[in-house]
Amino acid sequence: MGKNLSPKERTEAKWGLLFVAPTMIGLLVLNFYPIFNTVYQSFCKTGDFGRGNTFVGFANYQKVFAAAETWQSLWNTIKYALIEVPFGVIIALLLAVLLNKKVAGRSVYRTIFFLPMVCAPAAVAMVWKWLYNTQFGLLNNVFHTSVAWISDPKVAWISIGVIGVWSIIGYNMVLFIGGLQEIPGDYYEAASIDGASGIRQFFNITVPLLSPTTFFIVQTRIIGALTVFDLMFMVMDKTNVALKNVQSIVYLFYQYAFTNGNKGYGATLVMLLLAFIMIVTFILQQAEKRIVYHN
Amino acid sequence: MKSAEANATRNKVLTQVVLIIMAFIMLVPFAWMILTALKTNQESISVNPFYILPHGGWHWENFATVWKSYNFVILYKNTLLMIFFRVVCACLTATMAGYAFGRLKFPFKKFLFTLVLVQMMVPSQIFIIPQYLMVSKMGMLNTTFGLVWPGIVTAFGTYLLKTGYEGLPMDLEEAANIDGCSVPGRFLHIMMPLTRSSMVSLGIFTAVFAFKDLMWPMIVCTNANTTTLSAGLAKMQGQYGSEYPTMMAAATLAVLPMVIIYVIFQKQFVEGIATSGGKL
Repeated sequence: MGKNLSPKERTEAKWGLLFVAPTMIGLLVLNFYPIFNTVYQSFCKTGDFGRGNTFVGFANYQKVFAAAETWQSLWNTIKYALIEVPFGVIIALLLAVLLNKKVAGRSVYRTIFFLPMVCAPAAVAMVWKWLYNTQFGLLNNVFHTSVAWISDPKVAWISIGVIGVWSIIGYNMVLFIGGLQEIPGDYYEAASIDGASGIRQFFNITVPLLSPTTFFIVQTRIIGALTVFDLMFMVMDKTNVALKNVQSIVYLFYQYAFTNGNKGYGATLVMLLLAFIMIVTFILQQAEKRIVYHN
Repeated sequence: MKSAEANATRNKVLTQVVLIIMAFIMLVPFAWMILTALKTNQESISVNPFYILPHGGWHWENFATVWKSYNFVILYKNTLLMIFFRVVCACLTATMAGYAFGRLKFPFKKFLFTLVLVQMMVPSQIFIIPQYLMVSKMGMLNTTFGLVWPGIVTAFGTYLLKTGYEGLPMDLEEAANIDGCSVPGRFLHIMMPLTRSSMVSLGIFTAVFAFKDLMWPMIVCTNANTTTLSAGLAKMQGQYGSEYPTMMAAATLAVLPMVIIYVIFQKQFVEGIATSGGKL
């Protein structure tokens, strides 16, 4: 602490440190030590019963990189994101634009669309698994089809993506409504006087002025989608033939680290996930400078 | 002018049609969950003829059966205790740290806040193995403490409350400072009460996050008597996977409390979750 502090500043500094102490100690123990520990474990082989870590250098990394399932599950995760993010964002934007006007039943609609956000994904996934049931499920019975929604490798990844979209549109919509309310109404009035149609107004005013919100949603949803786990875990049985075409990287991590007890291998998968997310974040930050419209 | 009016009416009708279709799609899974929960096992899988409503009476007893056979009292209790302690710990530590970061001058402030931001950027999966090993070494597997452990402090909450405290006018505190009010006095009596809405947001966010979390309770509470609703459902699915009415009754019981609270406190819920910045 500096010597030239007044007594008042000195007490303020003391209280400041005291007030942040619980949080900082907690973050150190619960988050920063674990980061280094995970890195360390990725260089270790977990002994039997989780005991006796032996240092093995890059052996785990070699195994992870050589395993086809690693890249398959990374690709599965990307495929999931390719459904959840664009559809979740576009449908949410449409709903937000509709609900931003004076619409009858506005708050009722908002309540309904947001409902999945307060439901446990475990329960949501169970219900969808039942809807998707090939023999007795609602979907196949209503549409008189016999699609194996979650056990046909060609279809299953889309079915899982649909659950993701259904779960997230309410959340994206609420963020979009917040962004829309910040656009000054005069812009639309001026455009109307000039005779611009609703669709032209949407593309020339709403889209550019909303781009910071859109970018924020897209960015957070990409990161969120890349760590998807609950849906795959609850919907896909271990015996499901489509599992290897659907399981995400976090699902694989869970299986290795906690079902098989191979913490070292699991830690290595997490490092791969971290590297991937860091690359994606970097690309997104570069893209932001070009895409987002700054007033 | 007449055609403009006709246009407006057409737009209104079109808007309602789109919204109703979407609302229908959003509600079908919930409706089917409840309708299945009220059928017998036989009815739920009789596809020819295909029944939408239960036709041989509404079997409310399915709820009672699953309530008893899976000890929902314990699942509710465990979930509630976890949520309670997580909310209390998160709000307490975050409001203190948020106040200090937002309002006080102290050494290493910038560096420490950078650590808070770094934690928010790292995917949480990277913490899980060591966190699990800690709980395991402390002998706290299958306890409420184990469930609460990773949520004792919150980087996101600290960030949220720092923003809340920064938004308050400067002169409020200066007047109290001149009056000789101490730092904790100013914090407790003047500043903290003014950040109530941020605290409510953090509390709701923390509660919903804890309620929805699946992986952590599955890892630390493997015993059916110590686990939470989410992880309990995963266990039940392994056991009763093909008894659809039972499963749907369980799913209904698991989501119902949060849905009821949400419908009552909608505004706060939507705000609280919307501020989460995608962490949920």
